Amino acid sequence: MTPLASYLLVAALLFAIGLAGALTRRNAILVLIGIELMLNAANLNLIAFWRYGPHPELLTGMMFAIFSIAVAAAEAAVGLGLVIQIHRHAKTTDLDAMNRMKG
Amino acid sequence: MSFVFYMLAALSVTGALAAVLLKNTVHCALALTVAFAGLALLFLDLDAQFAGFAQILVYIGAVAILVVFAILLTKGSETPKDGVFSRTWLVGLVIAAGVFAVLGWAVIGSIRVLPQEKAVPTVTVLQIGNALVGRYVLPLEIVAVLLTAAMVGAVIVAMHEKEGEK
Repeated sequence: MTPLASYLLVAALLFAIGLAGALTRRNAILVLIGIELMLNAANLNLIAFWRYGPHPELLTGMMFAIFSIAVAAAEAAVGLGLVIQIHRHAKTTDLDAMNRMKG
Repeated sequence: MSFVFYMLAALSVTGALAAVLLKNTVHCALALTVAFAGLALLFLDLDAQFAGFAQILVYIGAVAILVVFAILLTKGSETPKDGVFSRTWLVGLVIAAGVFAVLGWAVIGSIRVLPQEKAVPTVTVLQIGNALVGRYVLPLEIVAVLLTAAMVGAVIVAMHEKEGEK
């Protein structure tokens, strides 16, 4: 097992765990947590390829990961704002109970 | 692979598993912080110091706190009576297991052709800063606009509408 393959397997496992969390939890906040885990697993892939790939001095993978972290932060802020507003409106964060688009 | 890698991988995976499996939502947020910390240490182990510390600042410092705020504001810490998993949890689990199987199969199958540079890259913060304002200046500006728009949007979305003031 090469180092890069080990990192990729760990990232795949984290991605699968995040996906399972996003697909199986009822609470909307826990779904967002699962999405954050998936984004982090992708970042681990980017950094691992940057470290073990050719031309690390070009910083491509590292920059991609840094921009991805920034986008994930924006996504978390908007997502949690939406969850708070939905909770204020529907008095629940249970996704199984949210079955109407009309307020 | 080194002992450090296995320790950090176990820490991250355990934290992630606890974050999606625990019943109490606040405990989930704490486990998520552990997973983020394990990932930041993995970044440091990969000689990506800047990304590792950015991970600690952004995820442990901001996103985890934001998640805790959202949980407490929505009373999400109360465990629902009819379970924490949705009715279609089996379908979700099967999809996740299938995705992991495909990803793992792809990684194992391509071990021979994966690059493996031995040399440790020496990247200084000066180089990262130069790259950010040189080659990557356009993405940097776009991310700045995106973050501003996201913050304004989050505030507007979560702002309380007073009655009769629509």
